[in-house]
This record gives sequence, C-alpha cells and structure tokens, in this order.
Amino acid sequence: MISISVQEKDFDVGEEYRQLQSDDTSIGANIGGIAIFTGQVRDLADNPLKFMCLEHYPGMTEKSLQQTAEQAEERWPTIDIRIIHRIGDLTPGEQIVFVGVSSAHRDAAFSACEFIMDILKTSAPFWKKEQHVDGASGWVDAKDVDQQRAERWQGSE
Amino acid sequence: MKVLFFGSLREQLGIGELNTALPDGIDTIGELLANLQTQGDEWKLALGTGNVLFAVNQDMVDENTIISDSDEIALFPPVTGG
Repeated sequence: MISISVQEKDFDVGEEYRQLQSDDTSIGANIGGIAIFTGQVRDLADNPLKFMCLEHYPGMTEKSLQQTAEQAEERWPTIDIRIIHRIGDLTPGEQIVFVGVSSAHRDAAFSACEFIMDILKTSAPFWKKEQHVDGASGWVDAKDVDQQRAERWQGSE
Repeated sequence: MKVLFFGSLREQLGIGELNTALPDGIDTIGELLANLQTQGDEWKLALGTGNVLFAVNQDMVDENTIISDSDEIALFPPVTGG
C-alpha cells in the first residue's frame, strides 16, 4: 500500500513507524524490515537561517510522489510505502520529509527508501526559499550531486 | 491554455498563472518558452536561462513535447525539495 501526504503540519515518526508495522497482523507478520529516512531543515553556520519556505505545485506534487512510490514498488518487493513532505515555513531543525518502506527483507527496504529520496529530490515539484537572520533571502539552487544520485538508478538496481 | 509558474520564475515574473491562447505556429512546449521570452525584458531574463523545466498536465516532459490549448502547462526552475 502506498500513502502520500503533502502537508503543513509536522509528523510523528513513531506514529508513521507504527503504521508501517501494520495494524493488520496477517500482513504485519510478513514484514521483516522497515527502513525510514527523515530530512530536516539544516542551519547554515556562516549565514544563519531564520526559516525556509517550501513552495510546491499542488496536484503535480502528489502525482509525482505517487509515481515515484509506484516505481519503487515495481523494482523491489516492498509491502508498504509512506511518504510525507511538508510545505510552508519551516525553521532550522524542523522535519521536512519522511520516507518509510516496509518489506520482507532489509535490502528491498533500504534500496526503495534511498531510491524514493533520490528521485524525489530531482523530480517532485518543491522549491525552497531561505530567509536568513540578517534579512537576506534567496532561492536554493538545485545541486548537481542530486542529479547524479538520481541518474545512478537508471537501468540498474 | 493555462500556464503556471513556480519558485524563482514566479517571483521574477511577478505572476503565478497566465491564461492565454496558444500562439499561432507554436507546437511544442520549447517553442512556447521561446515565444514567451519575446514578451519583454523580464520574461527574457527569467525564461532565457536555459535552466527551465517543463510539465504538461502535471507530468514532467522535455522541450519537444507537443502542447494544445486545453493543456495545463507549467514552467519552473530545477526542483529543490527533500
């Protein structure tokens, strides 16, 4: 099962983990491993951040995340995939993104979780704008390394 | 046709949504991008960077994608979520 949420409010990793463990014991008993990634707002030592504003493309965002999760399902024998991405103003240390994958074995869970994050970084329509403590602001540039990480999934597992 | 702009493009252009007819002779989204740049200096500055991504009906596409008047088009800079 795939669960996608794009939301302003924070999320509870413990609650998401319990959901991945599954309420349905007949399904839950097949799960052998759960991989979780969370991303949070990093402060900048040389240019302190006041907050970061996350803009997105309503509609396409959910569609893009759904497609990425479906691609992960096709590549690895996952059981459940949960993706949460926050939008709006977020301060340093706040959680931005959650990806959790349950599977019978760890390799599928690890790989699918990493794949989803790498594809999300380069294809989900989110844009970050930083507001600094000194009053300056600016849009975050996309990084080449993120593109390279996404491209390494092409044609191989 | 609805054309949406996001992120720094939206801010630079001062517009998030443009409702317009598909100009005559424009078949692809790449041609639309070039056409929009003729609207003025700020359009050329914002859209002429060679670093604009495209979506048609909420799917990321390349510049050679054929578009029609009924499509939802979006132009935006490289994404930075996660």
